[in-house]
Formats: sequence, C-alpha cells, structure tokens
Amino acid sequence: MPNTAISVSDLSKKYDDRLAVSHINFEVPLGTVCGFVGPNGSGKTTTMRMLLGLITPTTGQGHILGEPIEHPEKYLSRVGAMIEGPAFYPALSGYENLMVLAKLGGFPIERVQQLLDKVGLGDRGKSKFKTYSLGMKQRLGIAAALLPEPKLLMLDEPTNGLDPEGIQEVRALLRDLANEGTTVFVSSHLLSELEIISDYIVMLRKGEIVFAGPIGELMAQQQPTIIAKSLLHSDLARIVEISEKAGHHAVIRNDSVHVLAEMDWAPVLNKAAFDAGITLAQLAPQLPNLEETFFEMTGDK
Amino acid sequence: MFNVVKAELRKLRRPTLFFGTIGAAIFFTGLITSFIYLMIDSPQGNGDRGRSISREILELASGSVNGFASVGGFLGIIALCVFAAQTAQEYTYGTLRNLLVRQPSRMKILIGKFISMSLFAVVMISIAAVISIAISYFLAPGAKVSTDLWFTSDGFEAIFTTFVNVTISVVAFGIVGMVLGLLLRSPISAISLGVLWILIIEVLLMAVKNSLQSWLPGAQLSAIASGGTLDLTYKHALTVGGLYVAVGAIVASVLFVRRDVAN
Ligand SMILES: Nc1ncnc2c1ncn2[C@@H]1O[C@H](COP(=O)(O)OP(=O)(O)O)[C@@H](O)[C@H]1O
Ligand SMILES: [Mg+2]
Repeated sequence: MPNTAISVSDLSKKYDDRLAVSHINFEVPLGTVCGFVGPNGSGKTTTMRMLLGLITPTTGQGHILGEPIEHPEKYLSRVGAMIEGPAFYPALSGYENLMVLAKLGGFPIERVQQLLDKVGLGDRGKSKFKTYSLGMKQRLGIAAALLPEPKLLMLDEPTNGLDPEGIQEVRALLRDLANEGTTVFVSSHLLSELEIISDYIVMLRKGEIVFAGPIGELMAQQQPTIIAKSLLHSDLARIVEISEKAGHHAVIRNDSVHVLAEMDWAPVLNKAAFDAGITLAQLAPQLPNLEETFFEMTGDK
Repeated sequence: MFNVVKAELRKLRRPTLFFGTIGAAIFFTGLITSFIYLMIDSPQGNGDRGRSISREILELASGSVNGFASVGGFLGIIALCVFAAQTAQEYTYGTLRNLLVRQPSRMKILIGKFISMSLFAVVMISIAAVISIAISYFLAPGAKVSTDLWFTSDGFEAIFTTFVNVTISVVAFGIVGMVLGLLLRSPISAISLGVLWILIIEVLLMAVKNSLQSWLPGAQLSAIASGGTLDLTYKHALTVGGLYVAVGAIVASVLFVRRDVAN
C-alpha cells in the first residue's frame, strides 16, 4: 500500500491551444486534508477531472491510491467525488437521485437514508432536486460522494454558495471524515475557507503549481511585511520611494504602504520618514495572514 | 452492467416519464387502430397516407395485428424521443460525470442504458399490442369484419411475428435516438432533428423522388415494423436499416468512449 493518496507528475491538459493545466507535480499523503486552492480558471476542476478519468491528460502521469489514472476502474470504487458543483436529475427527489448512484455502484441502499441524515437532508429527501436551495444541492452532492465510504474524497468547491454556517458544517464534516481515516482533497478559490482544516495545501496559478506542501511550510514562506500609514495620503508614494531606495520592495495597498522587510527595519523607516518631514500614523508588523500570501502567490503581479 | 441497468430503470420509472410515454403510446394505438375499422368504407382510405386496408385483408389470420403494425412507426418515434432524451440529458444535467465516477467503463454505461431503455420499449410495445388487438376485436363486428381466423394457430403466429418486427423496428429507432443524443448532447436538438427528419424531411424527399424510399433510414425502420411493404421487401429494409443503425451506433460509441467529459 503506497502512502500517497494522489501523486501526479508532469500532468498537463491542453484545451484548443491553451494549457489549462501545465506540467504539474504534487503529492497528497494518505490521511490528510489537502486544500487545493487557486483563483477561478486556474485549473482545479480540470486537474480533478483528469484524476477521475473523465478527461485524458495531454502529458504526464498520475496515481490515485497507487493505481494509474489510465485505469480508473482500479481505484474509483474507493473514491467519492463531486466535481464542478452538484449535478443531479431535477425531476427526481434527492433520495431517488442517490438511489440511482447507489444502484450503479452496487452499494447497500440503507446508506442512502443514512447519508441524507448525515448531511442534514433527512427530512427533505422526498422533495425533487429542482426545489432544493444551492446549499441543499451542495449537501446532496457531498452525500453522493460519500456513498462508497471512500478512502479518498474529492470535492470541487463544496462550499460554493453556502452561508457561513453551512461552510462551518462542511468543514466540520470534512475534519470528522479525516479523523476517521479518509483522505480529503478539497478545492476552493479561497484559501481562507480551507486553511483551518487543511494539513496540506496545493496551490495553483494559471495552471501551474505555486506551492505544494504542509500548511506549516506555507506559513513559513510568508514574507515579513511592515505596514506603514502616513497622516497625509499624499505622503504614501514618498514612503514607497524611501523603502525602495533602501532596497525593500514596497507597494501601496488600502491606504497604507506594505514594505517587505523584517520588523527591525521599522525604526530606520520611522527615522527616514521623520527626516523627510512625513508623520507616520501607524507602523506595525503585518500579522500572519495566509490569505495575503495566497493573493500574492496566485494573483497577477 | 447489471447495476447500470438497475440504476437506469430507476430513472425510467419516474411517473411523469413512464405514464406520459405509455399514455402517448396508448393514444396513438387507439387512434390508428380505431381509424382502420371506423373508416373502413371511407373513400379517403383507412390506413396511413390514404391507403385502404380492405375487409379481405383484415379477415386474414394476420388481421388482428394490422392496427398494431401500423402503430409501429409511431412507437418508433416515441422510442427515438425517449432514448435520445435519456442519453442527452446526462450531458445537459452534467450527471454523466457522476455515472462515470461510479462506473468508469463507458461501454458498460452505454450497453446498460440501451438494455434498460429497450426493456422499457418492450413494455410499451406489449401494452400497445394488447390494446390494439383488443380494439380491433371489439370494432370488427361493427365493421362487418370476421375474426374467425384471428385466433387460430396461424393467427397467433402472425401476432408473434408482428410483435418481433415491431420490437426490432422500435428498438432500432431507439438506437437512432441514442446516437443523436450522443452526437448532439442536447435532448432538444436530438429529438427535433430526429423527428423532423423522419416525419418531414424523409416524406418530402420521397415525394420528390419515390425511389429514395429504398434508401432512407426512417422508411427502412418503419417498413420492418410491418414486415415489409408493397414497395420495400422485409429483407431489404432489414439490411439497409440495419446498416444505418450499425454504422451510427459504432461511430457514436467510439466517440462516447474517447471523448472528454468536460461539462
Ligand atoms: N471544456 C473546456 N474547453 C475549453 N477550455 C476549458 C474547458 N474547461 C476548462 N477550460 C479552461 O481551462 C482553464 C481552467 O479551468 P478550470 O479547470 O475549470 O479552472 P478552475 O476549476 O480552477 O476554476 C480555464 O481557462 C477554462 O476556461
Ligand atoms: Mg472549477
């Protein structure tokens, strides 16, 4: 038994003439919750589709639970998935929709009601899918993914359209599943939705990996930043100038200057600003904020 | 594969779909069968496209299934719609990805779908057969048609043969529907193209050039249902129709197995 749930090497997918996923490499260890994050259009769904045998990669290899992705029949019975939002037959009830998949997979039909209860749809199982709210549809999608009691669960943006409470519930559910030994590979375009529950992060930007590893490493990668505010807004550009002259990259963001520097350079900046006749209203280290790192790593620079 | 069939049957037994389809089949069966007996003396004819079906023909051992055989073409169109919709909707609803995650063998999905829809078609055909024969039996005395030969052993053989022919025809129409559904990936386009082709384009083409009827797919499949027509032999219809269906099915399934599922 391998100790990686997912491993891919040099995996690419070309649509028309563009690489939607470009030569990516990463591994997800068994038993972890892995957040798969990147802005919209960065290739998360495309990657997941390749891992499930729905689309053929243009280059590269992948292994799921030790089996090559060219042979999805060897591993899919141990995998649950919801890709690109919940898709069901609108005229069938939630219960009937799950029954279709339970029959197809040959799973015990008692699981259908159990899972509806588990995701909080126990009393709405008889209603038609088309009458469900987006949150209920997402939960039915998660229930469907849980039908095979999966070793590996792949969920594509399961918190899309959920209210904060719903997001909390999904997080709690995923954490529970992980504690029971399920490997969870879950995508989102927001790192903040996943950072609390993820042990592992794979970050995509325009089809390329910008980070893959334990979440602790991502925190450690965070650049130390000083945030400076001046009394006069017009002085911000001069603070940037002073910082850049001293060799520290600086940008104006939200009425303040973000300077890439350790906190011990702050007194130097303070003095330089004072000498230039600028009064600083605030000078503080940036608190650890993965979201900031995320936008820096995945945004357009 | 057995699991695919069971899963598909759950979709087909949806009340609106099931009773809607069977209801339409019963309606056409009743209409066309009654027409033959109630209009038997009409100068406009009592069969399709103004043909006359005489008392002498109806009194033969095969008389009981004249109505049923004429309904075959309509049942075929109903099957085309159902097969097309049930196949193409997997694309429009995005549910194909769920099916393929649970059963990655795409060929098994296709064959399982085909088997379950064919079972559905056989149920529809059986109901139509019973209703058509019953209506014929009850209307025959009023139309002064003798039913003496209908339930002899020759009569039962005719019923059996017609049932087999209608089933071949209807299932073949269904395959055409599946092929259109797989190629066009939209129920509306698949159904409109299929129905438009069979009910309008082929009819126009044949009106322009009658000899075309030996080569048009819809005409072949309809002719199979009635065991051949005056202009089309059964063997010819089976060969040419079978060829169309086989080529279509092979092209569509190769495409289905290879094509990315990216919606
Ligand atoms: N079927 C498709 N045909 C063409 N381009 C596609 C298709 N699916 C996705 N793409 C493109 O591939 C890129 C990645 O898309 P996707 O994997 O859906 O990103 P994400 O899930 O991260 O939002 C996007 O630029 C998207 O437009
Ligand atoms: Mg996506």
